[in-house]
Amino acid sequence: MAEPWEDDELDGPVRKFMYVNRRAPYGTIYALESLEVVLIAAAFEQDVSLVFMDDGVYQIKKEQNTDAIGVKNFSPTYRALEGYDVEKLYVEKESLESRGLTTDDLIVPVQVVEKDQLAELMEEQEVILSF
Amino acid sequence: MKLSVLVNEGPYQHQSADSAIQFTKAALAKGHEIYRVFFYHDGVNNGTRFAVPPQDDRNITHEWSSLAKEHGLDLVVCIAAAQRRGILDENEAKRQGKDGDNIAEGFRISGLGQLIEAGIQSDRLVIFGD
Repeated sequence: MAEPWEDDELDGPVRKFMYVNRRAPYGTIYALESLEVVLIAAAFEQDVSLVFMDDGVYQIKKEQNTDAIGVKNFSPTYRALEGYDVEKLYVEKESLESRGLTTDDLIVPVQVVEKDQLAELMEEQEVILSF
Repeated sequence: MKLSVLVNEGPYQHQSADSAIQFTKAALAKGHEIYRVFFYHDGVNNGTRFAVPPQDDRNITHEWSSLAKEHGLDLVVCIAAAQRRGILDENEAKRQGKDGDNIAEGFRISGLGQLIEAGIQSDRLVIFGD
């Protein structure tokens, strides 16, 4: 059965969606469930961008190992985003630097932006979901 | 204005569950249209009819149910988040082989696509979370 959101008439408008990831990947479920939203949303062919800021930058840190906490390491899924045409990934420069990280520490290619630039990008959005 | 509301936190635990319903009431009173209310993360716990808060306290689920009845609100609980947290409707209970369902009146369980669609169709998506 076709779901309502698969209706052809909903194909029309393309809106600018931004997903803002602000929390560490483990400790709470926000990061994982945010990623689930992004993957589902990709099917809607909207203009999607992702932001990683505050502890959210840890979500895309290389070499995550969750064995000791008994939680699934879902970080490889971020590498699949490109296949869903989710290619606009922004990382806030201040968040990255204050945690002693560089783009070499990240599992996906990102664009590093300063706080002010990020504010401008947010200003351009039509829907912002913050997790 | 056509609005949708996203509720990301559970009832009683977090103010945002109350704020979401207060906002929705205020928006309706001002004549705005509520296109959809979507419940995600622990927000899905707003949709269980099995919660029994103390009698001298507010009953958030009842408030949503009666608001839905009065205004024909579309209250949608995310299926993936609901399955993790044990919120089931009759169909899901059957499908998962569970011995009962607990979804409250006026709520329905559906996919995350309903959230994205609400973001596309509404003038504003207003989020209540931590």
